[in-house]
Amino acid sequence: MPNAMFKKFSREEVHSRSNIKSSVQRGLKAKLIEQFPGLESVIEEAMPKKSQMVQIKCSDKVTLYSINSEVLFFQSFDDPLVPTIKFVHKYPEAFPRVKVDRGAIKFVLSGANIMCPGLTSPGASLPESPGLDVGAVVSIYAENKEHALAVGVLTMSTEDIKSINKNCGVEVCHYLGDGLWNFSE
Amino acid sequence: MTVKVVYCGICSFPPEYCEFGGAFKRCKEWLEKKEPELFQKLYSVEALEKATSSLSIEKQEEIERKIQKDQKKNEARAERELANKLSSKIYVKRIERNKRKHVIAISGLELCGIDMKKLAKVFASKFATGASVTKTADGKDEIVIQGDVGDEVETYIVDMLEEKGLDDVKVEQVAEKPKKKKPQV
Repeated sequence: MPNAMFKKFSREEVHSRSNIKSSVQRGLKAKLIEQFPGLESVIEEAMPKKSQMVQIKCSDKVTLYSINSEVLFFQSFDDPLVPTIKFVHKYPEAFPRVKVDRGAIKFVLSGANIMCPGLTSPGASLPESPGLDVGAVVSIYAENKEHALAVGVLTMSTEDIKSINKNCGVEVCHYLGDGLWNFSE
Repeated sequence: MTVKVVYCGICSFPPEYCEFGGAFKRCKEWLEKKEPELFQKLYSVEALEKATSSLSIEKQEEIERKIQKDQKKNEARAERELANKLSSKIYVKRIERNKRKHVIAISGLELCGIDMKKLAKVFASKFATGASVTKTADGKDEIVIQGDVGDEVETYIVDMLEEKGLDDVKVEQVAEKPKKKKPQV
């Protein structure tokens, strides 16, 4: 998953959009539940059986999935599906979360990856052990804030982040105010 | 189960992130008007006291100063853009094709945030003619409608702008005659 892949993103990068088959949609749903078990109880509400999902293909092998012209998920090539922030805001319970301290917010909002100290300082928090593994998709929260400000992929397991506490811990792929956030059909 | 998140009408972030959105002052005014409850929660004296984070005071001040600087820059830019938008004009050009036949070319729409393709489609079905988006010589998009429908187009665009609150954008009709062939000697 490239870092801050939507930093520059606009309507021009959309190559094609097509309605997807309901069977494919079902498959996608199953994949989502497998990836985020917390979603199971709300998936019917988020993606009703009768809804028509639209697949939007963009440059660099990025694919967006939207319902009712609202992008819910995106995917780069065959990487795991990643929810958009708007979707995380709607169903915050469904996704694993990490929390950064206040000093990091500014940098995250300009698309920087999150360094370990920003995740281990007093204002921040990580899931309890056993924690999450490398490559897990996490929603990123901030100190004293209620809502998520970014989504990213772990480049270290959370236990490693705690013990090593150096270098990049989370790769941010989508954050408040980036191209995808401002994208509308 | 769904959580409803209020988004700021100015910077589109959840209000708690407005301070990082680049137009903090206007965001605050907006929030006070639209969501007084939330405003109280975020900006009352107690809340501000509570929000002082674990960072050292010096560092925090430095960050705050930087943010303020950015904001000033952003606000100036937003103002300039707005002025630009208001001073722009939309041209409805009537081009003679073949003595009594005309096409209408509409240019200058891109600043108003209108989806040209969709608008072309609307015109096509409204007037039951062909309408398309083409690139002009200087790389800008324009809508070309077949048939002499300049007046109808003008009223439609004026109405549309009014709905969007862009009354100040002017719409002007111009006629373009094909260059006369020089009489052969």
